[in-house]
Amino acid sequence: MLVKKILSKQNRALLHELVATDFKLRYQGSVIGYAWSLLRPLLLFLILYLVFVKFLRLGQDVPHFPIYLLLGIVLWNFFAEMTNQSLSSIVARGDLIRKVRIPRWIVVLSSSVSALINLALNLLVVAVFMIINGVDITFSAVWFPFILAQVYVFSLGVSLFLGAAFVKYRDISHIWEVALQALFYLTPILYPLTLVTNVTLQKLLLLNPMAQAIQDARNALVTPNTLTIAEVFHNSAARLLPLLLTVAMVIVGVLYFKKEAKYFAENI
Amino acid sequence: MSETRNSPSAGNDAAIVVSNISKMFKLPHERVSSVKSILVNIARRRTYEKQQVLHNISFEIKKGEFFGIVGRNGSGKSTLLKLLSGIYTPSKGHIKVNGKLTPFIELGVGFNPELTGRENVFLNGALLGFTRKETLAMYDDIVEFAELERFMDQKLKNYSSGMQVRLAFSIAIQSKSDIYLFDEVLAVGDYAFQQKCYEHFKYLKSIKKTVVLVSHDASALQMFCTNGVLIENGEVQKVGTIQEVLKEYARQNVHREEEKQSKGRTAKKQVEGGEAVKLLGVHTELSGKKHKTFRPYEKITVVYEVEARQTVENPVVGLVIQDASGGQPIFATNTLDQNEKTGILRAGERKQIKFTIDNIFNDSTLYISGAVANQDRSQVYVRFFNAASFTTLGWDNTARGTVYLPHTIEIQ
Repeated sequence: MLVKKILSKQNRALLHELVATDFKLRYQGSVIGYAWSLLRPLLLFLILYLVFVKFLRLGQDVPHFPIYLLLGIVLWNFFAEMTNQSLSSIVARGDLIRKVRIPRWIVVLSSSVSALINLALNLLVVAVFMIINGVDITFSAVWFPFILAQVYVFSLGVSLFLGAAFVKYRDISHIWEVALQALFYLTPILYPLTLVTNVTLQKLLLLNPMAQAIQDARNALVTPNTLTIAEVFHNSAARLLPLLLTVAMVIVGVLYFKKEAKYFAENI
Repeated sequence: MSETRNSPSAGNDAAIVVSNISKMFKLPHERVSSVKSILVNIARRRTYEKQQVLHNISFEIKKGEFFGIVGRNGSGKSTLLKLLSGIYTPSKGHIKVNGKLTPFIELGVGFNPELTGRENVFLNGALLGFTRKETLAMYDDIVEFAELERFMDQKLKNYSSGMQVRLAFSIAIQSKSDIYLFDEVLAVGDYAFQQKCYEHFKYLKSIKKTVVLVSHDASALQMFCTNGVLIENGEVQKVGTIQEVLKEYARQNVHREEEKQSKGRTAKKQVEGGEAVKLLGVHTELSGKKHKTFRPYEKITVVYEVEARQTVENPVVGLVIQDASGGQPIFATNTLDQNEKTGILRAGERKQIKFTIDNIFNDSTLYISGAVANQDRSQVYVRFFNAASFTTLGWDNTARGTVYLPHTIEIQ
């Protein structure tokens, strides 16, 4: 019933138009247009590869480290892009919110779909490199869609919270910018988790749903050598902790957004 | 606080039922839009100024009715419209809506100059709550009505502003809905386009659509609406037929105009002199009673009350009538030129001087200035500017100019 209401024909049409407009306008006036969607991650990956694999020689003991690195970056970029765009989305679409009766969450959802499209394109690049690099696809790959779902749900919870809070408190954008940087280095993205020798610290770092998801994704797709939360805690049930955090984040995000959404039109 | 939308439980012949809604805005004294100020203010509670914009509003709009919401700027009518549209949430009370409601607070919401006309139609349609299929079904009608067939694949930024308005209005008018809300959007486009819009309103009326028009302009409402509501200071002043509502609106406007003059004009009112003859007051009368509004051909009596401080003989009393700009007199007269003897005014004596004029002034507000001088006008005892004002109405723009001169027109 709820899902039916959320995905009514009207809402789907609106979501489609908002995402399509966003996409059309993104590469407005650029010569190669949509090709940038693929070219950008490719070039970024090239830089990372040169810096971390060739010059710094990190991750020598991790098989397929370039892919390992790329997958982490791609997932993190998705989280960062989605939360950043959602944060300002309600305020940026203030003209719509004040003048037409659209469900407010659709605005955040449309930002998230734009980010998802980028994620899909980036994953395409990852897939290409996996084939070139000769990564063995094992049975564990079936977990990957579930991990992606978890990342999306967590990001959505954060996005709803930030988008609603930004309407009232404009400092949030600066705070989030700094927080994202801090979280980036607190998440084992550029460095393998094995570099952190303190086990307690390893455990703490992995409670972050993004860290857990990135490690699990690497484990599922790239190499079973990845240190996952289950191994660090010596207990598969440990995975439930970041999952619980994810669920909690979504509940907080949805409830706060719902409470505030009634007053967006007058507060923007 | 509940709001029922598309609820089948609303009365069967009612399109919108508004019961006891109030809307209050909280205006923080110091707008807290930074986290620092929250931290600072955590101990002491934030203070709000509560602004009650609407107070206990109730009315009902029947299905198939053209309903007018009228009120001056700042009366709360736009807030009411946003509540009806579901953009704001009422602080108290409920709104029941029976059917699909499409609000037009502004035309062309979400129009993007970088998209083509076609893309903008679909975007706007989606924002108004239409599925792609529904927008597609009305697309041809929209383009035809806007007369923009050749331009739909051009970017909106290459449209003239008139073309943009036409496209926006066409979407509004062609969209298929049960209830339409329009906020002051009638006055768009050139004359021919406006005629088309009026035709379309007539059509909507004939097929029994519910339309809510919000305006401060009485003439458009008069043309289409059957019933209406007058909102003033956030309260319902009158609900009823549009004639009754507009009559009350006009009455309040005249009343307010009078009040404004009696308040606002005191600043500009000036009196000079007064040692020999003091001016006590100036007012206008109709049939011996104080009166400030005059209908065509009524007798306007301007009364000066003066008190002599010294005994003066045959003072000359003058009257000047001007409009608000204070320019060239519309009419000026005095006792000397009219050979009226004013007699001897003894010290301490009070007198009234009355000028009576037939009201042939066109609808306007006029100001009275004047003077009292000695008999050869070599010395002015007292001079005053804008000492009083009066309003004339009832000519209803049948002719232009400052006065309405009786005239005939012949064609030979």
